[in-house]
Amino acid sequence: MYSKLAWRNIWRNKRRTLITLASISFAVFFAAIMQSMQFGSYGRMIDNAVRFYTGFIQVHHSGYWDEKSLDKSMPERKEMIDSLRRIQSVQEVVPRLESFALASYQDKTKGTMVVGIDPEAENNLTRIKDKLIDGNFLTNEKEAVLLSEGLAEYLKIGIGDTLVMLGQGYHGASAVGKFPVEGILKFPIPDLNNQSVYMPLKTSQWFYAAEGRLTAIAFVLNNADEVEGVMQEVTAKLNLDEYEVMDWRSMMPELIQQIELDYVSGKIILYILYAIIGFGMFGTFLMMTSERSYEFGIMVAIGMRRFKMQLTILLEMILLGLSGVIVGIILSLPIIIWFHYNPILMTGDYAKAFENFGIEPIVPFSMDPSLFLNQGIVVLIMSLILGIYPVYYIQRFIVTKALRK
Amino acid sequence: MAIIEVIDVKKVYNPDEIPVEALRGVNLQIEPGEFTAIVGPSGSGKSTLLNIIGGLDSPTRGKILIGGRDISEMKESQLIDFRLNNIGFVFQSYNLIPVLTAIENVAFIMELQNVSKKERNQRAMELLEEVGIAEQYNRRPSQLSGGQQQRVAVARALASRPKFILADEPTANLDSVSTSNLLDMMAEMNEKEKATFIFSTHDQRVIDKAKRIITLEDGIIVSDVVKSNLTHVSE
Ligand SMILES: Nc1ncnc2c1ncn2[C@@H]1O[C@H](COP(=O)(O)OP(=O)(O)O)[C@@H](O)[C@H]1O
Ligand SMILES: [Mg+2]
Repeated sequence: MYSKLAWRNIWRNKRRTLITLASISFAVFFAAIMQSMQFGSYGRMIDNAVRFYTGFIQVHHSGYWDEKSLDKSMPERKEMIDSLRRIQSVQEVVPRLESFALASYQDKTKGTMVVGIDPEAENNLTRIKDKLIDGNFLTNEKEAVLLSEGLAEYLKIGIGDTLVMLGQGYHGASAVGKFPVEGILKFPIPDLNNQSVYMPLKTSQWFYAAEGRLTAIAFVLNNADEVEGVMQEVTAKLNLDEYEVMDWRSMMPELIQQIELDYVSGKIILYILYAIIGFGMFGTFLMMTSERSYEFGIMVAIGMRRFKMQLTILLEMILLGLSGVIVGIILSLPIIIWFHYNPILMTGDYAKAFENFGIEPIVPFSMDPSLFLNQGIVVLIMSLILGIYPVYYIQRFIVTKALRK
Repeated sequence: MAIIEVIDVKKVYNPDEIPVEALRGVNLQIEPGEFTAIVGPSGSGKSTLLNIIGGLDSPTRGKILIGGRDISEMKESQLIDFRLNNIGFVFQSYNLIPVLTAIENVAFIMELQNVSKKERNQRAMELLEEVGIAEQYNRRPSQLSGGQQQRVAVARALASRPKFILADEPTANLDSVSTSNLLDMMAEMNEKEKATFIFSTHDQRVIDKAKRIITLEDGIIVSDVVKSNLTHVSE
């Protein structure tokens, strides 16, 4: 009975209902697309930065992350690495030795970031093999380097040529070396693409006079949910005077901040939008109530309890709100699905922000169902809050007065 | 035994501002099966009296007993249920729920009484036949004439099997043909269904059909005539 009454009441004034529906649908449509884009870009940032850059968790010598100096490197201890590798849900433990050096070829010189890696392990973390556009990937056996595309172009160096490197090694030792170029890597991120040099871990340890030392141990996990548990186990295994254990959030506070800022500003826009829609809904609810006061009077007079009428009118508001949500979602779905599979290529400031964090500036839209659920919940809550007025009105009106008009 | 007893009822509107004494001591008894008109000029207190009898408003002083129960003692929700099960209402106009069809309007009140779907649809249809608009059962109120709407309202009032039906100027918005048709139909229901009707009016043709005529003036009963034997009950 209530749902029949409610549904028909909604359609008493078709035009008004359609306008209200349209405004709710628009808000939901806009909100869903905006959040889909936001969440998609966060997912992208985190995925890129975390999964293909820092890893979810890293272990360093304590103080390394702030200084990024070889003097804060740590000894490469096989038992420790093995015991870390044995932790459940740790897929791979990836050792690195990272520092800076000048790279020259003929008359060109450039500052570079040198990363010593275990090629196979590193590939498990960063899929670096996929970035190879020319030559061969590294092996542990061969003392050679991979250069990023931008750097190779700048130095005008090709595969088989010999790169000369000069830097400062562990504890102030001088670092000098000559390495054949084995392959070229292409990174989508300019910073990486213009200054990266990769070499086998052993080679970098020799080059930097940092025999048996690492700057970082990164962890490959299946997903972010496992971070907390693994963090605890890693922390328990290590002497924290000597080591620092950091998760991706603490390694990239700027990224988290950026995401939070963006999220909050998006939220504010949505709140404003919903507030506007809320006023429209309230106007409709107000009219739906006031134009029916005589009818309410009749209904109470003939014996309908007030709470049944309150139930009916709340149902009307929920039905109206949810219809708007459903229409909005249906309208937004094709767009979201399209941009999920055909990510937007960012330009301008937004792209810069991505690149600053070392992330490829493309945004695949998120299709997380919670996105749509959120809109439904917001509109539902709004309907219920705005429904307080009609509920209150029905509770308080005086039958004889209602009937006298 | 009387189904309605109005005992020394007074009603003062706006007691704090400019008080209006709408009823100034009304005593009245209604027996089952009556077909009674409350008459009097506009402002004489007819609506006030019917509202108080129907439990829509409370008296400033005095008591209303329905089937021996004092309704002025009841809480509002109790009173709503009491009205549902004991009193039928027909108002001047716009009685019906606009989004429901004729038959749904009649069935609605039985739904409030939790009558089974089968039974209420059957009874609703029977009643629509009795009030003579079975053919229009599936129309919404806006597709019915004023007279037809009032018939549906009477059918709805009967549907809940009340002790009596209160009708405040049910013909005020009808033309003379519809007026006499509605009254004939109500009289028929009074005969056939033994339904008790109390209606207010100031239309002479309506007054003529009543079996008992109670005249109000300035909130006081000035005459009470039972027509069949033309005895004055009180003066
Ligand atoms: N809610 C009210 N507030 C104040 N005065 C009222 C109210 N209802 C009725 N009255 C007054 O009470 C008197 C009786 O009114 P009413 O019962 O409507 O008479 P009738 O139905 O016979 O025309 C009139 O003077 C009317 O103005
Ligand atoms: Mg009146």
